[in-house]
Amino acid sequence: MQINYDNAMTIEFLSNPNNEAFARIAVASFIANLDPTVEEMSDVKTAVSEAVTNSIIHGYENEKGIVKIKVGIINKTVEIEVIDRGKGIEDIEKAKEPLYTTKPELERSGMGFTIMESFMDEMHVESIIGKGTTVFMKKIIKD
Amino acid sequence: MKITYDNANRLLKIEITEEIDHFMAEKIRNKVDFEIQEYIPRKILMDFEKVSFMDSAGIGMILGRYKTAKMLGSSFCITNVKPSIKKILEMSGILKIIPIVEK
Repeated sequence: MQINYDNAMTIEFLSNPNNEAFARIAVASFIANLDPTVEEMSDVKTAVSEAVTNSIIHGYENEKGIVKIKVGIINKTVEIEVIDRGKGIEDIEKAKEPLYTTKPELERSGMGFTIMESFMDEMHVESIIGKGTTVFMKKIIKD
Repeated sequence: MKITYDNANRLLKIEITEEIDHFMAEKIRNKVDFEIQEYIPRKILMDFEKVSFMDSAGIGMILGRYKTAKMLGSSFCITNVKPSIKKILEMSGILKIIPIVEK
C-alpha cells in the first residue's frame, strides 16, 4: 500500500461470484467521505463490479483464485486497481471493443470495458498471459 | 423478485428486487425463463423500480429474455428504468429493440 496517498486500502477475496456485491460495496463505503454524487457513486460501483466480474469469470474461469482491489485517494481523485493472477487477456484491444465477448453462452454482453472506460475518468489494462490482469481506473469526484 | 401472471391479459409481470450483477443475473434468468415457459404469456413486462444497482450483466439478462420472448411470440417491454440503469442500456444499444414503457 502506498503511503503517499491521503488514504488507501487493499482488500483480497476469493473469486466467488458472491463477492461481486461485497467488492463494489466495500469500495463505495471507502470513498463515501469524499461526498460523491449518487451518479458518481453508481459509476464507481458499476466499474468495480465489471472489473471484478471479469477477473472471476474470465481471469479465473470460475476456478478458485484471489482477487485483490487497491484503492488510493489523493484530494478528490480515486485510483482503483483490480488485480487477478488468472489466465490473462490475449488481445486487450479486442477485449475492449464494445459488444466483443468470449463468453456469449453466459449472456455476457461484451460491454464491461466500454462501461469502465466511459464511467471512469481513466482506465487502462495490463495483462500477461498465464500471469494475470490488472485494471487501473481513476475517478475524479467533482466539488 | 416478484412474478405475477394476469391470466385475462396473458401478461407476465416480473418485478426485479435484486441488484443485477453477474451473480444475480444468472439466478434471475433461470427463474424468469422457467416462468415464461410455464405460462407462455402474450406480453412480458420487466419492472426495474426496485433495482438499485445494475451492471453489464443486466444487458445480457434483458437481451436473453427478450430473445426467449420473441421465440415464443410474446412481446417484451421494460419499465421504471432509473437514470443509472438507462445510461447502461443506452450505451449497449438494446433500447433500439426493447421498448421502455412509461407507467
